[in-house]
Amino acid sequence: MNFDFSDDQKFLRDEARKFLEAQCTSAHVRAVLDDENMSHNDGVWKKIVGMGWLGAAIPEEYGGLGLGMLELCVIAEELGRVLAPVPFGSSAFFFAEALKLAGSEEQKLELLPKVADGSLIGCIAISEGPGEIKAGNVATRLGGGTISGKKIPVTDGDIATHAVVLVKDGSGESLVIVDLNQSGVSREPIKTLEPTRSHATISFDGAAAELLGESGNGMALLDQINDRAAVLLAFEQLGGASRCLEMANEYAKERVAFGRAIGGNQAIKHKLADMYVKNEVARSNAYYGAWALSSNAAELPEAAAAARVAASEAYWFASKENIQTHGGMGFTWEVDCHLFYRRAKLLAVQAGSPAVWKEKLVSALEAKND
Amino acid sequence: MDFNDTAEEAEFRAEAHAFLSQHLKPKTPGALRSGGREDFLERAKAWQKTKAQGGFAQITWPKEMGGRGGTVMQQVIWGQEEAKFDAPTGPFAIGLGMCVPTVIAFGSDEHKKRYVQKALMGEEIWCQLFSEPAAGSDVAGLKTKAVKDGDEWVINGQKVWTSGAHYSDYGILLVRTDPNVPKHKGLTMFIVDMKQKGVDVRPIHQASGGKEFNEVYFSDVRIPDSDRLGEPGMGWKVALVTLMNERLAVGGSPGPDWKEIMDYARSAGTMSDQAFRAKLADWYVAAQGYKLTKFRTQTALSRGETPGPENAIGKIINANHLQDICNSAIEMQDHFGIIADKDEVPSDAIFQESFMWAPGLRIAGGTDEILKNIIAERVLGLPQDVRVDKDKTFAEMN
Repeated sequence: MNFDFSDDQKFLRDEARKFLEAQCTSAHVRAVLDDENMSHNDGVWKKIVGMGWLGAAIPEEYGGLGLGMLELCVIAEELGRVLAPVPFGSSAFFFAEALKLAGSEEQKLELLPKVADGSLIGCIAISEGPGEIKAGNVATRLGGGTISGKKIPVTDGDIATHAVVLVKDGSGESLVIVDLNQSGVSREPIKTLEPTRSHATISFDGAAAELLGESGNGMALLDQINDRAAVLLAFEQLGGASRCLEMANEYAKERVAFGRAIGGNQAIKHKLADMYVKNEVARSNAYYGAWALSSNAAELPEAAAAARVAASEAYWFASKENIQTHGGMGFTWEVDCHLFYRRAKLLAVQAGSPAVWKEKLVSALEAKND
Repeated sequence: MDFNDTAEEAEFRAEAHAFLSQHLKPKTPGALRSGGREDFLERAKAWQKTKAQGGFAQITWPKEMGGRGGTVMQQVIWGQEEAKFDAPTGPFAIGLGMCVPTVIAFGSDEHKKRYVQKALMGEEIWCQLFSEPAAGSDVAGLKTKAVKDGDEWVINGQKVWTSGAHYSDYGILLVRTDPNVPKHKGLTMFIVDMKQKGVDVRPIHQASGGKEFNEVYFSDVRIPDSDRLGEPGMGWKVALVTLMNERLAVGGSPGPDWKEIMDYARSAGTMSDQAFRAKLADWYVAAQGYKLTKFRTQTALSRGETPGPENAIGKIINANHLQDICNSAIEMQDHFGIIADKDEVPSDAIFQESFMWAPGLRIAGGTDEILKNIIAERVLGLPQDVRVDKDKTFAEMN
């Protein structure tokens, strides 16, 4: 039994933590929060690019470090802990994974090295309105090598240079790659609950696009991309949930009411114990997802879904109860609690809400036990 | 990251499996807790003897005590393999897991010579007498008293929730020997002969309807001073050693899980219910969380590390999870779900049976609330609860 990260991976984690705690502080996150013209923290982004982490799971022949998925999981957790206000997930978890999964050799050779060196920022554009997007209700159209339609919201859509876009065409749904810096593309930033990660409405009007994978295979490919991204997001969520517990724990020990630290009261102790249990359940499920992802296991669909459901629940619970533990202070702009509450919600609904993933999980269990 | 044994672990697993296959039948799928059968005790004693002779009883005990001198990891592997077979182990879990290790740690050479081998060979069964009607979570507040009379102690009082007391030969007994000091400091541990005069074992009629536990009354029971474990007043320290062993002794899945309720829903045609599907996903996540957290513990053991109190999460997850699944299964059956007759109700009434067992599971071996306190205090480092009796003598508080 070796159900843990290796010593090298733990070393990477420790180094990443040290680096991010110094280079991506609350002040760096708040710079983006408090300036509505700032889409992300470019200083932090450049430093992260410099670490080469974007290429951690990109093979060396495509310009990456060729480490592996487990290493990317480790990095994801650390980025989650510090609420990194950068488009890392969009570029590395979604765009790069989509290319690795479905890209032609030519596409991979052209685009992956640019993801790895940060000269390209990728994103994924799926949603067009409220509710889960399904086969048959995609409005953005592909025809004659160009696409037209509107995607809203697109996470990091205003800073990305390229997008993977879900469209409909003659054969059903397909995925395409679009260079966002062209005349057929217009973008408008959109206000969201999570200002430290920018979002945009992207309108396509005859924008040049090339197929990613086979025409008509879009929904199936999207499922596979989301399975991979779900594991990585689960680690990012886990990082945030862990920080919420740490913050609540520190505050409960120092805040005095009725003559003693509030952390001595069972109402608080049990709340924090509940957080701990949920975080451990999330961690164990995330590890299993990491194993499935890194070993290309047939169990990936249910492992990814379980990791995502557990992580979304843990982060939601930890972020809301962290505010509650902080009392009135927790409801102020100046205390960081609300930043985690905001990020927790973004990461829970990006790439499908918990309800969507619960349904995916049960469908996978049904298929497996037929 | 992988789920494979190391070469040595695999070798031990194969050896254990071969031994088990030679002596036992594989577990019947769907079978729950063993027990109930009339010859259960005899079968359990016979299996314990076979195990001891084969060198698989008490894997971690030193060889001079009749153990294997093996690692905790080997014990975990043995437990996993034994669980695949219809092995009657229940009556020995507490004695060999908790009581006899306490005798080994605090008993005299004579005690060890007299008791250890017989327990190991399945000839004598032990029980643990700590809890009392007024001392459950706060066991150090117990009232059963022992008064010194020459070379003997005279015991009077009542114990409760004693598993297996009705078939046990010996017990380890925690009593109050000094009420004029704070509660933890006035306790002493003894070995007690359960068959002697003045020991009255009465089964408890549980809320579930079964009678698996007992209350034990002590009326002027005399114990020689030589059967004391540890110094007078040191009983709490002795008890902590006993309870430390509990962590390794307790475990295992207690009843129907997500797979059983999914199978039932499919056979009943209720899989399409969206509310049920969402709950099923949560149950799977919790069950995986429990199983995979054990894998992480096992990984730590495999590396020679000692798992800490974070293991307390297992029982919190498991007991609540079981109660919730059983409740949902019964409600899915609508009015019919109230039937507890195995011949009438689907799935051999496993959901109905465990529905009544689950409340006990949330209490036994540490209530949900105590386990959350353990996590809060020992893992998260939060302050201890207020203890108003802390600096007062037992007598002042009672």
